[in-house]
Amino acid sequence: MEPFKTHRGILATLDRANVDTDQIIPKQFLKSIKRTGFGESLFFDWRYLPDGKSDPNFELNRPEFHDTSILVTRNNFGCGSSREHAVWALVQYGLRTIIAPRRAEVPAFADIFHNNSVKNGLLNIELKEAEVEEIFQMVGRFPGLEATVNLEEQRVTLHTAEEISFHFEIDRAVKEHLIRGLDEIGLTLRQEKEITRFEKSH
Amino acid sequence: MITMWKKEIRKSSKMPKTLFDKVWESHVVSTLEDDSTLLYIDRHLVHEVTSPQAFEGLRLAKRKVRRPDLTFATMDHNIPTVDRYNIKDEISRAQVETLSKNCAEFGITLYDLQSDLQGIVHVIGPELGLTLPGNTIVCGDSHTSTHGAFGALAFGIGTSEVEHVLATQTLRQKKPKTFFVDFVGKRSPGVTAKDLILKLIGEIGTAGATGYVLEYAGEAIRSLSMEERMTVCNMSIEAGAKAGLIAPDETTFVYLSQPGRPYAPKGKDLEKAIASWKKLATDPGAKFDRSLTIDVSKIAPQVTWGTSPGMVVDVDGTVPDPDKVPGLAKKDAEHALSYMGLKAGMKITDIPVDVVFIGSCTNSRIEDLRNAAKIFKGKKVSPKVKTLIVPGSQQVKKQAEVEGLDKIFTAAGAEWRESGCSMCLAMNPDYLQPGERAASTSNRNFEGRQGKGGRTHLVSPEMAAAAAIEGHFVDIRKWSH
Repeated sequence: MEPFKTHRGILATLDRANVDTDQIIPKQFLKSIKRTGFGESLFFDWRYLPDGKSDPNFELNRPEFHDTSILVTRNNFGCGSSREHAVWALVQYGLRTIIAPRRAEVPAFADIFHNNSVKNGLLNIELKEAEVEEIFQMVGRFPGLEATVNLEEQRVTLHTAEEISFHFEIDRAVKEHLIRGLDEIGLTLRQEKEITRFEKSH
Repeated sequence: MITMWKKEIRKSSKMPKTLFDKVWESHVVSTLEDDSTLLYIDRHLVHEVTSPQAFEGLRLAKRKVRRPDLTFATMDHNIPTVDRYNIKDEISRAQVETLSKNCAEFGITLYDLQSDLQGIVHVIGPELGLTLPGNTIVCGDSHTSTHGAFGALAFGIGTSEVEHVLATQTLRQKKPKTFFVDFVGKRSPGVTAKDLILKLIGEIGTAGATGYVLEYAGEAIRSLSMEERMTVCNMSIEAGAKAGLIAPDETTFVYLSQPGRPYAPKGKDLEKAIASWKKLATDPGAKFDRSLTIDVSKIAPQVTWGTSPGMVVDVDGTVPDPDKVPGLAKKDAEHALSYMGLKAGMKITDIPVDVVFIGSCTNSRIEDLRNAAKIFKGKKVSPKVKTLIVPGSQQVKKQAEVEGLDKIFTAAGAEWRESGCSMCLAMNPDYLQPGERAASTSNRNFEGRQGKGGRTHLVSPEMAAAAAIEGHFVDIRKWSH
């Protein structure tokens, strides 16, 4: 997995809450036995018209968002099905970071989606609702706006005329995993003795 | 130092614990350098959709399956429910064949299409006695929460984690928080386990339990059968929860003592196991991070109106005003109504249906089919409605046929099918056409879930059956049949 330290890219907005993984990648694409080729099918039902052409009304199809790598959206992103294909599709489309707000009690990201993101080097950033709202406003005013995500320093910076920065919190294990781009299975296999001991006493 | 440590242990062993704490603590292999926990997995269930890339990962890294004896596979998502051995979709067929090859290569027990034990992974686990109280169970499927009905800590994982479990029989986990839901009071006739869980999701929202493990308790939960408990736990993920748990009791032990559960302990072993399972229940005074009480006597049959399971109302209610949906932006509510082709203020019982689907890991067990059959008996399905009844497993199918339920369904004009996930997610040939509206006993009413452009209303099997007969939703509490 590619380590994640800092990343600069174009921001795109998707102004919807509770985006479920069925929308991120519909079921017909889950039949593949490969780990690649999902980027084309990201948001398939929203992105394409029945004749297969791009739907100009779908946010990500706007010309200024074409080369986006940072998606800004609303709370509870990635809810529903556990399909890791959703994360593969986002990453293969070119996204490195998803930013979403915690809305009172409602977290920015669904649990399994978040776990799957970490395994694939896709950084999930949870910000405050007002901060995400500000990013939405800024992207609206300055289409093609870029941002830099610095994972080490836990900071997102918008490259507006006067830069705006937001600090974010992140779980220690998640941060370490992303920064080092670790092979988790390899790491766990170093616990072989402990696992064997546990199996004998369990 | 050591005495202090011993004291701590003694203290912690005396502290009242939740069911979740007990299962979690008994599966901790070690605490890792990054503060996460290495958790041991007792049962790993595998199906054809989320496993091929995991097996491929093992091959690329030249790794083996650590415990093929704790790993069990079946094929369910792609399986046609008519002419099941003839999978016409080549990509589906390749995926099913890949599972067979992978299980053969890595030495994993597979309940394939030829097996009379095949079925939806979350239906066959409990049937086979693979699902036991106090176990940790995972599967690359979010509805793994179903198995929590037995007091097992069961949760869905992604494909990378499937590969991790295959290779190590463990998962690196952060301990979730706990959420206690007390269902007090008695249900009115016509109100089912499905209505209890839909009501809860409506109350707390689809992310209301994100980061938590739910424990369902209270007299209304105690009085549920195992099948009903599985319906409740199945939809825990629809509230965002990591898992849902119900403490094992006599109902659980009777279920596990039934013949035909090859993996459940037998005889003296079973007696010993029951004695230890009895200790799993949450201790009096144990602390939860959150708790909620729901009065079951006030719950009506539930019907979803939107594109998320939290968008749900009482059957005698109306489609809500997008301005007044708690926790939802007006724009999102309007989008849902427009997708569903509904207008605010419309009575739920005025909504017509084109298709009725009774099945899925939520509601396809024998008791679900018995309850549906009671409604269908001596009645005819509305000529406008296509009705599919899809048993959860080959064993459920066989049992239903022994009891003559299939005859009741077909006499009513419903279609009696073979076992699989079917129209719950429409990966097989059972799907809605654009604009078609379904009353479905499944778990998700997301856009396009049952077919592109299809509109889903989630309900109980009884409500689905009554809708099939009348051609629109009816309040089964008042329905004279």
